[in-house]
Amino acid sequence: MMDQPSALELVTAVREFIEKHAMPELQGRTAFHARVAANALAIVARELEGGPASNAEEAERLRKLLGRDGTLNELNRELCRRIRTNEIAVDDPALARHLTQMTLAKVAIDQPNYSGLVHSPHHPRK
Amino acid sequence: MSQADFAPALERAITRAIAGITSITGLKRLSGGASQETWSFDGTGPNGTTPLILRRAPFGKTIPRTATAVPLATEAKVIRLAEKTGVPVPPVPYVLDDADDVGSGYIMGRIEGETIARKILRDPEFANARPKLARQCGRILAKIHAVDKAQVSDLNVVSPRAQFDQYRTILDTYDYPHPVFEVAFKWLEQRLPTTTDLTLVHGDFRHGNLMIGPEGVRAVLDWELTHIGDPAEDLGWICVNSWRFGETHKVVGGFGDVEDLVAGYAEAGGKNMTAERVKFWEIFGTLKWGIMCMSMYQTFATGADRSVERAAIGRRSSETEIDLVNLLYGAVAR
Repeated sequence: MMDQPSALELVTAVREFIEKHAMPELQGRTAFHARVAANALAIVARELEGGPASNAEEAERLRKLLGRDGTLNELNRELCRRIRTNEIAVDDPALARHLTQMTLAKVAIDQPNYSGLVHSPHHPRK
Repeated sequence: MSQADFAPALERAITRAIAGITSITGLKRLSGGASQETWSFDGTGPNGTTPLILRRAPFGKTIPRTATAVPLATEAKVIRLAEKTGVPVPPVPYVLDDADDVGSGYIMGRIEGETIARKILRDPEFANARPKLARQCGRILAKIHAVDKAQVSDLNVVSPRAQFDQYRTILDTYDYPHPVFEVAFKWLEQRLPTTTDLTLVHGDFRHGNLMIGPEGVRAVLDWELTHIGDPAEDLGWICVNSWRFGETHKVVGGFGDVEDLVAGYAEAGGKNMTAERVKFWEIFGTLKWGIMCMSMYQTFATGADRSVERAAIGRRSSETEIDLVNLLYGAVAR
């Protein structure tokens, strides 16, 4: 077991340093990249918090959908193969539900304020 | 960068080629990558100052930025042809030749205005322009598509099928599973347009490449992705949600409706355009942008550009995935 701080606390500390202390000192392209860096660390923080659960849920849905086991990468490769070969129809309701849930979870980690997520008819708040 | 070693050669070329200009001042680099640069400067003479732009690729670096980018001389030719059919573009008073010793490229007028989407979509000075922009974009696109193809026979012909295959190949190269992209490819493949009525296409008609003033579009910029293709491609591209900058309910660039875009297109002589054709290319455009995000990430992964921006943009690919899910699996909230 690692000592404190947790990985989440560490990336949060670095993000806050960039936002509160580094960015005000920077200009132009470097300031832009600092903002991107802070946003990237915010993604890492959200992934540390929510990634394991959403990956587990994704794998569980994929196992049911595909009727086999494997790593998340293997399951996703198999899903892609079946879509390409028409073994799963693109309008299959179970596929539609899975991809919708998977994508909502991904964007909630990557870009939680993205308009396509906030205004999605599938968004939990709707 | 404020100094340029080619400045004396540029001044010689310009004072010889453009009447009324006897010197150049204020040469400064605006943007550009390793192979293509954009410079701003003023041409001065007895009758005053002419604001100008130099688009340039240094000698020995004429490899286009992307496989699909056209050479700068071709870009200049297309801009001049578009001007003749009534497209608002910057005037192109001079195309560099080898004897100028500046590189390859061309000189164009520097048009004042705004290209930043968030300002165009939110600032009060554009409030009167916004409701008119979709129809105006439709009219402009009809005029771009009216350019005589015979005069641009050196451009790549990219049929819907060819473009589909091109992006399929790119994604396969990355060898990483993207099931939402797979569904989009399948959906598109089942509906690929069979139109043989291909026209000149701008290829990147969206915010950032439209110079806009309080009265509307002043100039269409950045012609480097121009090609011969399905004209609906241009109308669909500006409807991609990524170019709405949060104004999701205004499908066209965050400022207007598809109905106005298509109506403006027909008004200016554009043929057989329908919301359905536009929708196909909006979905294809969304997929393309998602794959482009992965391509930009690849420049980080391969070490070509180790910037944090190139790394992080890979995580914007999922934005296009939620857009595709909304488009393909939900009545999109509009």
